[in-house]
Amino acid sequence: MNATVRTPSILPGFGLTLGFSTFFLCAIVLIPLAALVMKTATMGWDDLMRTLLDPRAIASYRLSFGASLLAATLNSVFGFIIAWTLTRYEFPGRKLIDALIDMPFALPTAVSGIALTAVFAQNGWIGQYLAPYGIKVAYTWIGVVVALTLIGLPFVVRSVQPALMEVQRDLEDAAETLGAGRFTVFRRIILPTVAPAVATGFTMAFARGVGEYGSVIFIAGNLPMKTEITPLLIVIKLEQFDYAGAAALGFMMLVMSFILLLSINLLQTWGRRRHVAAVR
Amino acid sequence: MAGPGTSQEMMAEIASRPGRDTVLAFVVKAAFITASLGFLAALLFAPLITVFATALSKGVELYMSSFRDSDTLAAIRLTLTVAAIVVPLNTVFGIAAAWAIAKFEFRGKSMLITLIDLPIAVSPVVSGLIYVLLFGMQGWFGLWLQEHDISIIYAVPGIVIATMFVTFPYVARELIPLMQQLGNDEEEAAITLGAGGLMTFFHVTLPKIRWGLVYGVILCNARAMGEFGAVSVVSGHVRGVTTTMPLHIETLYQEYNFVGAFAVASLLTLLAVVTLVIKTLVEWRTGYKSKK
Repeated sequence: MNATVRTPSILPGFGLTLGFSTFFLCAIVLIPLAALVMKTATMGWDDLMRTLLDPRAIASYRLSFGASLLAATLNSVFGFIIAWTLTRYEFPGRKLIDALIDMPFALPTAVSGIALTAVFAQNGWIGQYLAPYGIKVAYTWIGVVVALTLIGLPFVVRSVQPALMEVQRDLEDAAETLGAGRFTVFRRIILPTVAPAVATGFTMAFARGVGEYGSVIFIAGNLPMKTEITPLLIVIKLEQFDYAGAAALGFMMLVMSFILLLSINLLQTWGRRRHVAAVR
Repeated sequence: MAGPGTSQEMMAEIASRPGRDTVLAFVVKAAFITASLGFLAALLFAPLITVFATALSKGVELYMSSFRDSDTLAAIRLTLTVAAIVVPLNTVFGIAAAWAIAKFEFRGKSMLITLIDLPIAVSPVVSGLIYVLLFGMQGWFGLWLQEHDISIIYAVPGIVIATMFVTFPYVARELIPLMQQLGNDEEEAAITLGAGGLMTFFHVTLPKIRWGLVYGVILCNARAMGEFGAVSVVSGHVRGVTTTMPLHIETLYQEYNFVGAFAVASLLTLLAVVTLVIKTLVEWRTGYKSKK
């Protein structure tokens, strides 16, 4: 790297640190991802479409995307409620609960998988109360939604919390003095401020849910066409040495990740612009 | 002449205002707290307690004896080995990347940040798959590796590389915003006063960023020890040889050895708890809330 691509600085180590991190990034992330793209490219168009449009694959997309969408929606509602409770109310144990919100981040997915299955199985702590109503959670699509909801929980809460803290309380007070009802204050002042944060958290939770594997496979039951998520289908194809088929599905998921990552970046920019506009 | 009648009218008027101390506000507050706690109790607290309850369901003796199993010990040893290789490497990478990104302005910087974050967005299964395509029998380097009798896939090196991919961004994304926020003034002063690059880093930068670094490293460690999907794809599941703790949990669980599975799970749960405790301490220490 030379002076034409960077602003001059007296600090040392630019070439070394950038060179090292770029090398490491290429070796660990970019070249392996390129291998996936190349492997998919060697497949003919017809083969690719046959793999991607196979009924079993389509059933898996429906479950993976549908359950992630449902889980992200649940998380948006409850994530907002939890973020609100943690930022606006004082109650005993608030700090402890605030710290525990990050648990799904730190907890290995295999652990949350077997633990959720135990809780929601028909003889489990919660499952036994749902069974009399004919609601089966473990080994059905509902179980997949439950697992993905747990995995996505921190994203919405952690994204909405700072936004809620930024809502100017004096604006709310002013609105109330001017005769605005509770609902009007919520709709006209709070919602516009936190909407980008909720949308960002929703997309992050959705992105994480689509790719999630560990926590889902224990609770899903994994029946082909019924409770089989797309990542599991990739694993099954690999076990059958169908590398090209696995690569095709993996490539499709990689493209999805790119699109979602891009959406998250755009949403975050939107949120920042909202914030700057509000401060002005 | 303010009689009791007018006073009561005033009270009623105040109570009808949409203020903060009305009955409605109290009801809303109670409803929000109940909804939050109920949701968390079902989804988070119940599973956490179940881990320990099931692990100890047949008594402490059986719980302890599950750690005397040689395959379990091998899994614990492998997990520790993988973390001992992956975490330092990703820490060095994270510091280098954060230094380049936070201290300098250059073209393509936001692109670099996005690429560093990429592994978080990629499905764990895809993270494992890419290395199978690279180093597997039919992969780019498969034949060459076979000729030279090197096994990466279905062996420990594959587990290390896949774990490295998955935990790649954690230290960097913790340090980049922190270093950007702290600025360059002190480093520039040190350099102007004649300190070398390494001296500046160890005596000026490191003390400033150490708590953020601590959190990045423990989060990276927790993820490295707990990774399931990516490792599962490249491991080959050879009992006692290529099963890490999360994979061993799966094996035991499928054998209906629930006490054993949940015993190993309880260790990983404790690791997660310790990780969160350190995180909380770091936040109290610095007043710095890491942004996710």
